[in-house]
Amino acid sequence: MTATVTPGIDGFLAEAAKRAALVVQPRMGFSDPNQMLRGLLAVTGANACTIATITLDSYTRVGDYAAVAEAMRTGMPLNGYPLVNLDPAVTRELVAAIAHTGTPVQVRHGSGLPLDIFQAMAGSGLAVTEGGPVSYCLPYSRVPLPLAVDDWARACELLANLADQGARPHLESFGGCMLGQLCPPSLLVAISVLEGLFFRQHGLRSISLSYAQQTDRRQDLEALRAMHRLAGDLLSDMDWHIVLYAYMGVYPRTRSGALDLLGDAAELAVHGGAARLIVKTPAEAFRIPTIEENVAALEYAAAVAEEVARGEPVTERLIDSGIHNEARTLVEAVLDLHPDVGQALCRAFATGVLDVPYCLHPDNAGRSRSYVDASGWLRWSRVGGMPLPRPAPESLRASGSASGDLLAALSYVERRYDRENESARKPSRD
Amino acid sequence: MHPHVRRHLLGDLRRVLLSSVSSDAHTWNLVYLQLLIEELGPEVVNLGACVPDALLISEALRVQPDLIVLSTVNGHGYGDGKRVITALRAHRALRDLPVVIGGKLGVGGPISDTQTDDLLAAGFDAVFGDDAAPESFRRFLDRLVPSPTGGECVP
Ligand code: B12
Repeated sequence: MTATVTPGIDGFLAEAAKRAALVVQPRMGFSDPNQMLRGLLAVTGANACTIATITLDSYTRVGDYAAVAEAMRTGMPLNGYPLVNLDPAVTRELVAAIAHTGTPVQVRHGSGLPLDIFQAMAGSGLAVTEGGPVSYCLPYSRVPLPLAVDDWARACELLANLADQGARPHLESFGGCMLGQLCPPSLLVAISVLEGLFFRQHGLRSISLSYAQQTDRRQDLEALRAMHRLAGDLLSDMDWHIVLYAYMGVYPRTRSGALDLLGDAAELAVHGGAARLIVKTPAEAFRIPTIEENVAALEYAAAVAEEVARGEPVTERLIDSGIHNEARTLVEAVLDLHPDVGQALCRAFATGVLDVPYCLHPDNAGRSRSYVDASGWLRWSRVGGMPLPRPAPESLRASGSASGDLLAALSYVERRYDRENESARKPSRD
Repeated sequence: MHPHVRRHLLGDLRRVLLSSVSSDAHTWNLVYLQLLIEELGPEVVNLGACVPDALLISEALRVQPDLIVLSTVNGHGYGDGKRVITALRAHRALRDLPVVIGGKLGVGGPISDTQTDDLLAAGFDAVFGDDAAPESFRRFLDRLVPSPTGGECVP
């Protein structure tokens, strides 16, 4: 039997680029295959240029298939689609049901040990996914990094080999989203690029690098420029694009605050040269969004992007605060540790050459720290063992309690967008 | 929101075991709660993300905490919480240890009162919703410690 295979991503993006359309994508996954199908159909039918998503549940992410089976037996709803436990025929039907639209489907899973998931994808006609040995291990698991690197190497090779069966494998690095918030841009850019190099070493030819919107638009523009430059230098023999994530930290609670933040992400994607945007909905701060909320967010982001693309390009003076230099220094320092990128990444974390602030994973050194400065830029307060310039002494803040300071930094974006809306200083695009 | 409390507890609060549940990878909640609890005095052992039931139980037996705080926001909290508290209460040494859970416990927003009662019946001493203010948690912790005058307040 020849199974339907989900279309590749590069041709799709090229078509969208011709129409100057930003490709938008949800983070969507349901445990019930019928609801998943309705979701996929709704996304492909949205009034926007979309890529569809199947997000997997947390039990599948940690490989606890017994817990998935138990939830399926008792009807407990999961926070995503249980790809591995379901009969591959069920997923093949989903893929076939939207094949006529030509819309690629990406599997999003957050798994430190992804081999089972990649095998299930291969059996279901799916070949577009995301992750990476670092970005899906440190923020998503307690799996020792060397084991994740091994499993990811084998998973990449399995995915790359699907090209022999007519699929167009694509892998996105989640490196630009480390912990969702408070990771300074230079480290996000470096990890994304390093995972891109890891993917190449393990046979992939089509990849994307991610970057998540942080606390300041101009800082983010600088980071996206740095990412373009590094990828252009180091990954020029690959098909690659940049995918931007709407803010991945504590989200605004007001509807208009949430939409403004999404609108700003769409604008950043256009100005920063991202080909694809992962959206968030006004439900983000509270619960998993419905299909309708996802579709509305996709259409809203696409409309803002279209408006921005028709408008003036960015004319303000470009800032260079050193993100490119820092990211390049980190990438080069890691590559110097070992010719094998996976080995190099393991050594980098073991020696603190890479160190993600506030990350509790046992293989992260945990000596770096970050903060949001008075002008709203995300900065290092401690670089630990990373080969980066020593930060200026952190500006003193009033609060006093460490828990209060952390919560204030985590909710900086939320407060800014919610407050702007309460006082109606900024008209909502709604 | 007022936390749902099963029974009131007494004892010294010197060491707290803080943990996620087996399927949940979120850690900002843990980093924050560790600071919050430390500021109130006790030492915190933080087990981090995705803690399998067996690891939580073996650490509880090893660390001998005065309180276990489970925090989870991925929406599986009701199922994960119910399963792990049942396993934990099956150990004689852990039968009377105060254990609480809090966070975003269901995939459809806050869990129902019936589900909260289920969790309390399964063995949790308190269940905190996502909107639990730090003060209500502080008040709860205060109640765990006998007041200097000997009289303890009951919710
Ligand atoms: C950052 C983030 C991430 C990061 C986490 C990085 C990390 N290592 O921590 C990343 C990107 C990796 C991530 C991944 C996922 N996430 Co997430 N994430 C968030 C986000 C945006 C912010 C969470 C945060 O950092 N909050 C800051 C901390 C300090 O606050 P808090 O966690 O909300 O906890 C507060 C209260 O709940 C309370 N509390 C918590 N625990 C306890 C315990 C006690 C005893 C007490 C008293 C109080 C208490 O106190 C805290 C302070 O007020 C939220 C949405 C939002 N809030 O905006 C989603 C969110 C929590 N994530 C969600 C989901 C589903 C996931 C995923 C499963 C992916 C997916 N399907 O979308 C994976 C997790 C995989 C897994 N195995 O579990 C959902 C959960 C929905 C639900 N409950 O049904 C949310 C709500 C987003 C959404 N609307 O869909 N996520």
